[in-house]
Amino acid sequence: MKKKFDFKKIYLFFILLFFYAPIVYVVIFSFNSSKSLTNFTGFSLQWYEKMFNTRSMMESVYYSVLVAVIATVVSTIVGTIAAIGLSKSNRLVRELVTQINNLPMLNPDIVTAISMMLFFSTFAIPTGFGTLLIAHIVFCIPYVMLSISPRLRQLDDNIAEAALDLGCKPFEALIKVIVPQIKEGIISGALVAFMMSFDDFVISYFTTGPGINNISTYVYSSSKRINPSINALSTLIILAITLVLIIMNVIPLIKQRRKRHEEAI
Amino acid sequence: MKSFKRLAYPYIIWALLLIVAPMFIIVLYAFTVEGNGVITLRVTFNNFVRFFSDPIFFNVLVKSLKLAAITTIICILIGYPAAYMIAKLKGNNQTIMVLLITAPQLINMLVRTYAWRGILLNSEFPAEIKVYIGMIYNFLPFMILQIYTSLSKLDKSLITAANDLGCDNKKAFLKVTLPLSVPGIISGITLVFLPAVSSFFIPKLLGGGSFLLVGNLIENYFITTGDWNFGAAISLIMMVIILISMYFTRKLDYDKEAR
Repeated sequence: MKKKFDFKKIYLFFILLFFYAPIVYVVIFSFNSSKSLTNFTGFSLQWYEKMFNTRSMMESVYYSVLVAVIATVVSTIVGTIAAIGLSKSNRLVRELVTQINNLPMLNPDIVTAISMMLFFSTFAIPTGFGTLLIAHIVFCIPYVMLSISPRLRQLDDNIAEAALDLGCKPFEALIKVIVPQIKEGIISGALVAFMMSFDDFVISYFTTGPGINNISTYVYSSSKRINPSINALSTLIILAITLVLIIMNVIPLIKQRRKRHEEAI
Repeated sequence: MKSFKRLAYPYIIWALLLIVAPMFIIVLYAFTVEGNGVITLRVTFNNFVRFFSDPIFFNVLVKSLKLAAITTIICILIGYPAAYMIAKLKGNNQTIMVLLITAPQLINMLVRTYAWRGILLNSEFPAEIKVYIGMIYNFLPFMILQIYTSLSKLDKSLITAANDLGCDNKKAFLKVTLPLSVPGIISGITLVFLPAVSSFFIPKLLGGGSFLLVGNLIENYFITTGDWNFGAAISLIMMVIILISMYFTRKLDYDKEAR
């Protein structure tokens, strides 16, 4: 029998082709020997060399990572504390904060961005690394709280009460009893915060100051001229993300196998 | 336990100061004249009059809304069949497809849009088509994943029941599957339309400097010309339009549920 023409697979193949074509294109042209973005003239590593030698480019990677790491740590800690406090507050306060947190999540990024920019200018705060970092922390915290709050709602209050009755100080009860129970929410909140911060362009563009660029604002500001070393930078980012994805998908598999192995013993 | 509620106080102050106050400052700027200090605040509606009386600005607004609406519709038309086909795959293949669609999204949006520049650089496409390609490329994954989520939650026995009661596959799709996936489409619309209206780096990188959307107007007034009051007014107008369109999109969903 003749195999049926599988429309489904072909359609999904074209969807994936559409998503991956520009990524493959960037990787290929990062090895181009000429400046052209349309003709591949031969293999060379010159754009990588140029990238590593361009100080401003390397700095943008450094700032992207630095801002994302600090913003993630701060917003995860502050967001966790705030979410725990909020879960014990009355409904009115909880509703109010939820609505306020919705503002940066539902507003277009550009509105949040200019609101921060105008705020810094109103209070004569000079823009630079500090304002960039504050802006990132501001928009990351709501996402952290959003991923923690549902877990707090399922929490059994009696366990923390018991810990307090048994002589725990409130801080101890918080760290030893409540936090472990919402651990998964905290971790996924931190991941979201990191992604949001590392990926951000719009808010960074309006809140950063002269000389401070992250990867996004660097690509944007240098996009007026043809600059193939951006392809090299993109390829490095693609490589890093691919590695993280592989590790994240392989570790659970290994754990699972080890568990099964242990069970077998 | 009750004492824990004090833990929320610092954040409430932080949120009022760094989320609510800045929003008020936008409103303040939009309704005042340039160069005002705290003492010399002069209220005006001129920024809004200027926007609506000049056809150039109004046309940019209409163009942005049209572009966002068409992008959203194309994303539904391409994304729905894709989501439907993924939901029909075997369990393991579904996970792999979802991962394959999510993975490119982890790469910086700017980097991905920049990637299209090279491909489209020497193409004969008009600027508008290039911008559409960039928009669809960036936002289609949201649509596919939202619709897929609602389709994968769908109880398969409902379709079996529809078939048993005499519906053919086409009718079962139109009467059961499609209506039950509307919430997915709605959240997909929210995730595509909203960023598409306000996008400014996609038109700038792919459409060239002359292709203006409302986001580019805002950028120009804040970064290039420095007329922040007018820029704030444009943002406010855009926000109100987005709020209204979101209200009607959500209403569509509720009406459907009420029926």
